[in-house]
Amino acid sequence: MILILLTMVFLLIRVLPGDPVLLHFEKNASPAAVEQMRHQLGLDKPLWAQYFDYLFGLFRGDLGKSMQDYSSVGQNIFSAFPATLELAIFSMVIAAALGIILGVQASKAYNKPEDHIIRIFGIVTYAIPVFFLGMIFQLTLGLGLHWFPVGQRFNPTIQIPQGLNIGSIHFSTGLYTIDSLLEGNMFKFTESLRYLFLPSLTLGLVLSGVFIRLTRSNMFETLRLDFVTAARARGLTENKVTYSYALRNAFLPVLTMLGLQFATLLGGAILTETTFSWPGLGRYIVDRINFRDYTAIQGAVVVFGIFVSMVSLVVDLLYAYLDPRIRL
Amino acid sequence: MTKPTTKKSVLSSILPGLNSLAKRGLAGWLIIVGAIFVAAIVVMTAISPWIVPYNPVEIPSSPKILAPPSMQHFFGTNDLGQDVFSRVLSGGGVMLQVSILSVIVCLAIGVPLGLFASYAGGAVDRVVGLLMDSIYAFPGLVLAIAIAAMLGRGVVNMALSIAVVYIPSYFRVIRSQVLSIKEMSYIEAANAVGAKNRTILTRYILPNIVPSIVVVATVNFADAILTAAGLTFIGLGVPVTIPDWGWDLTNGRRLLTSGAWWVITFPGIMIILLALGFTLMGDGLSELFNPRLEQ
Repeated sequence: MILILLTMVFLLIRVLPGDPVLLHFEKNASPAAVEQMRHQLGLDKPLWAQYFDYLFGLFRGDLGKSMQDYSSVGQNIFSAFPATLELAIFSMVIAAALGIILGVQASKAYNKPEDHIIRIFGIVTYAIPVFFLGMIFQLTLGLGLHWFPVGQRFNPTIQIPQGLNIGSIHFSTGLYTIDSLLEGNMFKFTESLRYLFLPSLTLGLVLSGVFIRLTRSNMFETLRLDFVTAARARGLTENKVTYSYALRNAFLPVLTMLGLQFATLLGGAILTETTFSWPGLGRYIVDRINFRDYTAIQGAVVVFGIFVSMVSLVVDLLYAYLDPRIRL
Repeated sequence: MTKPTTKKSVLSSILPGLNSLAKRGLAGWLIIVGAIFVAAIVVMTAISPWIVPYNPVEIPSSPKILAPPSMQHFFGTNDLGQDVFSRVLSGGGVMLQVSILSVIVCLAIGVPLGLFASYAGGAVDRVVGLLMDSIYAFPGLVLAIAIAAMLGRGVVNMALSIAVVYIPSYFRVIRSQVLSIKEMSYIEAANAVGAKNRTILTRYILPNIVPSIVVVATVNFADAILTAAGLTFIGLGVPVTIPDWGWDLTNGRRLLTSGAWWVITFPGIMIILLALGFTLMGDGLSELFNPRLEQ
């Protein structure tokens, strides 16, 4: 699957009309300069040789050199990746938590006004452009009320979280929330959460609609199954029945959806990062588009693809762990 | 004996149609409300050249820059002094064109591909299916960005890059339907009497999957609009000379710190209404065609 994707991206960049090198120079470069750049990037080789260069490079973790400044695309992506990962994790948590809570509420109040309001909320979140919601939050909660910062990843006046330092051993994840905890600095921790809040709320809200819908329909069915009635008959509290009995069963499809929605989330992350000047992978792609840096775009697209495949693998493993009927 | 039909009956057949739609409960209402949103925006965009109070593209000679909403400028002005209200009225064209074009491309490629590959089965089905699954599993916007960046700006290029991303949705839906329909006995009967494959596909299978295609296409309109807005937002949209809500939002982002909320709010709401219209219609249609799913 990943190989197909890699091949597709490779062909896409090379077969589509428009020569990356010419596009890069915007058609006003001397032929000699164009030829030199082609040679430097290995684009003067035959297509199959380029393909194998590209694949072997990938296996070594080498994503080629940037067309803009000849820096290593792999390294650039590696340093931007934690920011995207942190944003993705927090947004997913917000989306799933919101979706499950509202979905459970809606299923309990089936066809009552509360249910309709939650459903409409779900539909509307689906139709909002994520960057528009982000800008509305920036205007209201950021610039208006000054509760949260409207951009960047961390307070520029203090040093970024360093992670764990024991003697000469240094360990950091690149995730500021975790690094600040490892460092034992609560101020940095709250500060990184403050910066993280608006971007992840934006992205989480937009994604929550899918989870609301799914939880609602699943819970609606599960709440009418015999084992739930039996649990009620045993005199368990309604909350216990709903959350520890029914939701456990209704959660598996939600987990599948978590995996499937991850790709959508990364797409949304590009726009959210642009809105909030969040220095992640999405921001990197957008910057590189402006420089017409095609090797960098190709590299970032590949990393996104691998990331999504990894997540779906993890979801599959989790699924097998949670559902005893499934054995890998 | 058949009843004579008159011209009047066309109109009177639409009204009871609406009436019966409304009687279908929530599903019917979702479709009606969604269709009203979409129709209103289409009409507004179509007649905008005659109703805009100011030229939406021209930069005025003595511009009032970033004027807040007032009686002269209902929605205020942007940083170039252009009237936001006029731009909102006429700015829907790009979104509508891109979404219509991309849905047409998706239909033209996705439907035949899904029909033939799944009916043929075997290696063809597996290869096409694998290709479609790889695209489907990939972050759609990232792929659209990569393609749009290669193709360059413009309505057609945006539509094409969006279409590539969404063809797999059509393919998957059609494939699953064809796989179940082709095992049915009436298809077997058609085969037995020697119907050609083409006849079976177009006369016997296609009509049965039209409802699903309609649902996918309607939802796809909303996705295409949001993706188009996203592409515009990161600078892969249409040139500045065409009024476009997406461009207004992008431009408005730079102006947020000056507190000019009106530059982004109104175009943003329009995009939401348009996408919402299609989402509501899609929701209603899928509930209407698949009542069990929503129960």
